[in-house]
Amino acid sequence: MVKGWLMILLPCAWCGPRDASEFQHVGESAARPDPRTATPQQWRAYLYLRANPCGWTTETWYHRMGCRRFLTVQRHTETNEIR
Amino acid sequence: MLGTTNGHRPRQRRAAYPARYSAFGLLRRGLTHQEWPPAWRQHPLRSSYDVVIIGAGVHGLAAAYYLAANHGITDVAVLDQGYLGSGGSGRNTAILRSNYLTPEGVRFYDRSIQLYRGLAADLDFNVMFSQRGHLTLAHSDASLRTMRWRAEVNKVQGVDSEVISPAEIKRLAPFLDVTEQARYPVLGALWHPPGGIIRHDAVVWGYARGADARGVHIHQNTEVTGIDVAGGRVRGVRTGRGDIATGVVLNATAGWSTLISDMAGVAMPIQTFPLQAAVTEPVRPFLSTVIVSGTLHVYVSQTDRGELVFGASVDPFTSYAMRGSLEFIEGLAGHVLELMPALTKVRVLRQWAGLCDMTPDFSPVMGRTPVDGFLVDAGWGTYGFKAGPVSGEAMAECIASGQTPEIISAFGLQRFGEGVLVGEKGAAAVGH
Repeated sequence: MVKGWLMILLPCAWCGPRDASEFQHVGESAARPDPRTATPQQWRAYLYLRANPCGWTTETWYHRMGCRRFLTVQRHTETNEIR
Repeated sequence: MLGTTNGHRPRQRRAAYPARYSAFGLLRRGLTHQEWPPAWRQHPLRSSYDVVIIGAGVHGLAAAYYLAANHGITDVAVLDQGYLGSGGSGRNTAILRSNYLTPEGVRFYDRSIQLYRGLAADLDFNVMFSQRGHLTLAHSDASLRTMRWRAEVNKVQGVDSEVISPAEIKRLAPFLDVTEQARYPVLGALWHPPGGIIRHDAVVWGYARGADARGVHIHQNTEVTGIDVAGGRVRGVRTGRGDIATGVVLNATAGWSTLISDMAGVAMPIQTFPLQAAVTEPVRPFLSTVIVSGTLHVYVSQTDRGELVFGASVDPFTSYAMRGSLEFIEGLAGHVLELMPALTKVRVLRQWAGLCDMTPDFSPVMGRTPVDGFLVDAGWGTYGFKAGPVSGEAMAECIASGQTPEIISAFGLQRFGEGVLVGEKGAAAVGH
């Protein structure tokens, strides 16, 4: 069987494994710089720059159509496997 | 060079190889059953090139072609991890238009349409450009307001665009449901006569043939594994087939562009999302325009063979997986039937996905980077194919002259550090 061929199931701590279509992809959580000390360059890097890896990534999803909790999962961006 | 050729090039500058395609040649080969010569050749990978272009799609091949044709730079290699046009160039829905929102965007895409109009003659390759007109439907007062804004910006730039009423839409597309009873009633549309569709594979092959004829080496199945940078300058490219010494590298890899830029140590504000499309079985011609609905997240056109080609907005999460999903085709079918209820019995033949390198402002990232000799032509998101010729022309000029051409000066990577974005979301995104 081809990996990632089936639907993507996300492990919600409250609801158990649920279909990814119930969730909203929030993405990589970037550390927010201190607005009092950050330079404009640091602030814009925080706004715009994201790692865009082809492989395992740690990201946040929001269970929009379920318990409305945020969860952190590891997903492989080429096969969409979850671990 | 910009504006001087207008897509046409004098015939005497055409290279001797390959032989010209002509009706007589077609007849002769038809009668004699002679094999067609290959349109481009295979070459051994040399250990050094003046310019290495990564990505053999429409952008990379167009840049190679214009480097050779406009600037006489022919020691060029175009590398691709797969076959020609295996990325976005062969996966898009082949819609061309220039009715954008910002003056910078409208000027840029209009130049591309001009080049596309002369492309078949320029490349001696039938690219089947059909300027059949492009309709963007407005289902709300807010989107009608954006249409008026776009129409006015377009007119100032000399691009043919106007807002039309539902009655006029019905005349152009009789199968469209423009009644007030629809779930999302059509209030008006932006009518853009120069827009249309093209055969995207033919554009890629035509550029490949033209570049190859002028001495460019095209290397398929050659994956780039690393870029050597020393002292802030590009020194070479490492590939699965051997190392290449070069001083200029152009990254034209769309969905994979951050992976290549990471090799050179250049951070780019790009995230890769899949975009899905689908095609139906062929039916008799009934749809003579391209129809786009932002609210319903769908665009549709009918090919010369009669198939309906559908596209939508990008998938809701980042991924490098080019797979189709059931959610997409279910949603698409509902939206298409909302627009054209008569299509209930038409069957979908296949669906596929391509990768889109999305930027925060829906404008591309083009030009030079902090690494000397490393240039990018990326951030093409969902609108890259229509910009192929102008991007190739501008990037070729950028490489040849070392200066950023005026037409792409607004699209530099530095704009994200300076905070001067070119917001095109209102005209480039389907779902907004």
